[in-house]
Amino acid sequence: MSVFIIRRLLQSVVVIWVMSLLVFGGVYLIGDPIDMLINPEADQEDIDAAIRALGLDKPIHEQYWFFLINALKGDLGSSFIFNEPALQLILARMPATMELAFASLFISIFFGIPLGMWAGLHPESIAGRSIMTGSILGFSLPSFWVGIMFIMFFAVILGVLPSGGRAETTEFLGMQVSFLSWDGLSHILLPAVNLALFKLSLVIRLSRAGTQEVIHQDYIKFARAKGVSEKRVILVHVLKNILIPVVTILGLEFGSVIAFAVVTETVFAWPGMGKLIIESIDQLDRPVIVAYLMIIVFMFIVINLVVDILYSVLDPRVRLQDVKA
Amino acid sequence: MEDETPTLAVEDLKTHFFTKLGVAEAVNGVSFTVKKGEVVGLVGESGSGKSVTGFSIIGLVDHPGRVVEGKILFKGEDLAQADDDRMRSLRGRRIAMIFQDPMMTLNPVLRIDTQMIEAVQAHEQVSEKEARETARDALVQVGIPSPDERLKSYPHQFSGGMRQRVAIATALLHKPDLIIADEPTTALDVTIQGQILHEVQKLCRETGMSLIWITHDLSVVAGLADRICVMYAGQIVERGEISDVLDHPLHPYTNGLIGSVPSHNRRGQPLAQIPGMTPSLLNLPEGCAFHPRCPRADGACFVQPQVTEPAKLGHEVRCVHPHLEQA
Ligand SMILES: Nc1ncnc2c1ncn2[C@@H]1O[C@H](COP(=O)(O)OP(=O)(O)OP(=O)(O)O)[C@@H](O)[C@H]1O
Ligand code: SF4
Ligand SMILES: [Mg+2]
Repeated sequence: MSVFIIRRLLQSVVVIWVMSLLVFGGVYLIGDPIDMLINPEADQEDIDAAIRALGLDKPIHEQYWFFLINALKGDLGSSFIFNEPALQLILARMPATMELAFASLFISIFFGIPLGMWAGLHPESIAGRSIMTGSILGFSLPSFWVGIMFIMFFAVILGVLPSGGRAETTEFLGMQVSFLSWDGLSHILLPAVNLALFKLSLVIRLSRAGTQEVIHQDYIKFARAKGVSEKRVILVHVLKNILIPVVTILGLEFGSVIAFAVVTETVFAWPGMGKLIIESIDQLDRPVIVAYLMIIVFMFIVINLVVDILYSVLDPRVRLQDVKA
Repeated sequence: MEDETPTLAVEDLKTHFFTKLGVAEAVNGVSFTVKKGEVVGLVGESGSGKSVTGFSIIGLVDHPGRVVEGKILFKGEDLAQADDDRMRSLRGRRIAMIFQDPMMTLNPVLRIDTQMIEAVQAHEQVSEKEARETARDALVQVGIPSPDERLKSYPHQFSGGMRQRVAIATALLHKPDLIIADEPTTALDVTIQGQILHEVQKLCRETGMSLIWITHDLSVVAGLADRICVMYAGQIVERGEISDVLDHPLHPYTNGLIGSVPSHNRRGQPLAQIPGMTPSLLNLPEGCAFHPRCPRADGACFVQPQVTEPAKLGHEVRCVHPHLEQA
């Protein structure tokens, strides 16, 4: 097990390094921030001074080298716009994004699994078919459009929910969260559902496919032949088996939930990392863009590792192989 | 003893599958009885309806299948009419079933103790500790060493033979009146197969339970069963005492099956095969379903043959030209 983890960690270091190259190179290509940063009336001397101050006069490989050295010290550069360390800037917005991402993960799991199982157990029923049709819509409708429709319907027409923003936060287990108040819940509901739609559809499909496969296995028939109640057959025998693929995929997809939060946060004016990154791209605030992308890469890697470990906890067959590996 | 109610009396059972392609008459008028303590072999080729017969008895026929006709009298009670709750309370308690593939009968993600304790608690309101004791004793009974440790294992940590023993132990938990064993040794290698056969036979004798042993392999039931039913295309074509059927098969199909069993004096020769294929249930031949493959078939076989007892009382056959005393 520990050999396995060490090997995975080494792989991760290489991946992060390659990503830093790509991200840095990519961001360099998208444009010169100077035009946007500097007052058009400034004279050449001021411009040169600003360029030097930002380190933009150095050749690209030197810029990258400084970036790498500083990154290892935990410094991903300072925002051109806010004059604050980019990392801090992003980390300050992270709790809001995390809250949104976890809320939508919660929705995906606690609605997706029961709905998917129901559709799997009653594939011919009207409700079962409706669930599947709904999941196709969840897959195919563009997220921003659904978000706007949500706002139109619930905030503008019905006026029952706020159209955007995040409520006052309170301290909970050392984190700033907003979901503990009614106001907070009413603010997070629409963006969380909006962000969840894709994953919810995915979980519904996975759970349905899993249920339909598992329900025909001999061990389900054997459980019934033992006289075990139908409730227990479904909630223990079927559920435990379909949880393995669902948890794996959801875990792996968690990174993309955070990445997709960009759209939802923009539509619902949710003050998270996604909204920040869109603004930074607008203003070519390179250090923030690079720092954001690096954090996302880092998160994907950590998530992958956690999922692998979680997977081996859920599936006893994997546990054995890990010990051998 | 003779006029005691039999443990099981199946009368004219019909189980059909209503598929999109048509109605598959998987079990089409099957009758047989199993007396207390008796071992009955149910033999036939793949697809002849053996498993469906077994599942009909315990009320677990898969969708889109349904028992459409007939009686399943279990100690006098008609299970074809019983509701779900009644069936659930009988399953695992009075009637147990063991399946073919021991790799597939145990849930791979649940520990053995979970799977056995739930089987105990499905029918008895006992504490988990007591249920664990019962499970442990059952494992000992089927010859599993260090049962306490084994209870904490997952199925993949067992060999095939061990898993089948766990399944048998689970079936024995409530000392049922009837066990339906659906080819439980087919997936195992010959040595293990022999051991398990021996143990099941011993357990039956000790506990007085009745056993239906489903197989497509005549040699397996030869040493085990008291009586035998030979199935073909959803019907029982021959039925009788094991020695009568094996020594004097009346039906051409049984005759063919016996010809395909390797025996000592024919070792080295290729197995005799019954030519042809099991017919599609959606499109059964008119009259006797065996006639396209039958060496004795003639015009009379285009009418559904009746069950007769041409040789000996209690040795029944469904054929117009049975193999009577051969010259
Ligand atoms: N779920 C199902 N849906 C449709 N038809 C089915 C289903 N289960 C069984 N059948 C039909 O019933 C027939 C008999 O199946 P059964 O499983 O009883 O055969 P068997 O004698 O047990 O064969 P085997 O030796 O392969 O186990 C099959 O050929 C098939 O046509
Ligand atoms: S009834 Fe005719 S076809 Fe059928 S088994 Fe007898 S002889 Fe053969
Ligand atoms: Mg079968």
